[in-house]
Amino acid sequence: MESHRQFDQELDALRDNVLRLGGEAEAALKRAMQALTERDSVAAREVLDHDDAVDELEIEIDRQCVDIFVLRQPAARDLRFVMSVAKMAPVLERIADHACNIARAVFDLNNEPELTNHVRLFQMGEIASSMLEQALNAFTKNDAKAARDVIKRDAEINDLYNQIFHDLIEMMAKEPSTATRDARLLFVAKHLERIGDYVTDICELTVYMAEAAVIKHRH
Amino acid sequence: MSTPTQTIAPKFEVNSRTASPHGQTKIAVDGLNFYYGRTQALHDITLSIPERMVMAFIGPSGCGKTTFLRTLNRMNDVIPGTRVEGKVLMDGQDIYATGADVVDLRRKVGMVFQKSNPFPKSIFDNVAYGLRINRLTSNKSELEDRVAAALNDAALWSEVKDRLKSSALGLSGGQQQRLCIARALAIRPEVILMDEPASALDPIATSKIEELIVDLKKQYTIVIVTHNMQQAARVSDLTAFFLLGKLIEVDTTEKVFTAPGQKLTEDYITGRFG
Repeated sequence: MESHRQFDQELDALRDNVLRLGGEAEAALKRAMQALTERDSVAAREVLDHDDAVDELEIEIDRQCVDIFVLRQPAARDLRFVMSVAKMAPVLERIADHACNIARAVFDLNNEPELTNHVRLFQMGEIASSMLEQALNAFTKNDAKAARDVIKRDAEINDLYNQIFHDLIEMMAKEPSTATRDARLLFVAKHLERIGDYVTDICELTVYMAEAAVIKHRH
Repeated sequence: MSTPTQTIAPKFEVNSRTASPHGQTKIAVDGLNFYYGRTQALHDITLSIPERMVMAFIGPSGCGKTTFLRTLNRMNDVIPGTRVEGKVLMDGQDIYATGADVVDLRRKVGMVFQKSNPFPKSIFDNVAYGLRINRLTSNKSELEDRVAAALNDAALWSEVKDRLKSSALGLSGGQQQRLCIARALAIRPEVILMDEPASALDPIATSKIEELIVDLKKQYTIVIVTHNMQQAARVSDLTAFFLLGKLIEVDTTEKVFTAPGQKLTEDYITGRFG
């Protein structure tokens, strides 16, 4: 009995850490988008400075997962939970990396003329943030239906990316003097589009965890 | 006072030689109830064991898995006061039917026990024992060939080939268990029942037995009772979970260990039982 309680505590500690990592990724993305919107280099610097802590947390989660696999040999729902977390942690860390890349772009963009009409880019950032928040909620509640709903939203991000891509290419052709800035914004859009894909991965893992159903590459 | 094991007519007919979802059925159990006197130890067990596969029985102590295993070659017949209801069909023939040949059944269904039980004889004589008493060979050379083949199949030949005349009791625990498997294989059974065959062995000897089980399923249908769930996960194709004499769930081992269909199974294999 003692051993099961201890195991439950280990699983709870793992859950706490992955949710902390999710929170870090969410905060990094929001802060990076705020830095971009407000041309705020200080906020961008904060995102970059915090990334080491995110990396450390990912390593800690790796260690916890390995310990549980080796020492507990989990099965059934425990196995699916630990497997999902082991795969989810690097995905969350990469989301934080993309937020860092957006933050780095802010330093360069602050040296370029401001783009006033970039509503779609911010809209993309808001959708990515909200998808990530919903994905983490679905994971917390072990809710496969909610996770599937989030996956559907990836199409919104992809549509916006395609629109932004065409807008920026058009702008570059019309006004070559701002091509460097537009190219940087294109990269920002690409980072957000990738975040949408990573959020989809998180949701697929939640569906596996909740229902033992493998849905990756199948939607 | 001893009461002979009785067979009571089953509640319904089953197809004698059906294909299970996992291949051709070797053993079909239908509506099996088993009693020790007035105590019912098994309740309405129905399942199919496919040919040339390994099926593991798991469950807590006293759940009936060993009792059930022993119904498959009528080993419980020797226990006074026991009673069986239902059908156990092997290749479509009811092993509990009136007039069923129990000696022939046990020739077809070999058994390996938790504790190795070699006879106090030489290694050779242990393996040759079943062949001799059943008069299954016609000359010395054939007997030697069958013994060598059985030892080879039990992955023991290379370790004992130079000391076949030595006492079997001088072998290590793991070797003794493989000798018992060789003894069971010598008479060329079709099914091998294993009751916790590695529970008394160290990890290296256990690993050899597990490799052997995987190898043997190419030729034999194997049913194994184990308390070691990792072992069940490693060696079996199908897993059946028993609780309080009832079959709770049977499915592919992968399914049972990653996504069991029943909460009771989930609670047991995740260690949250009770």
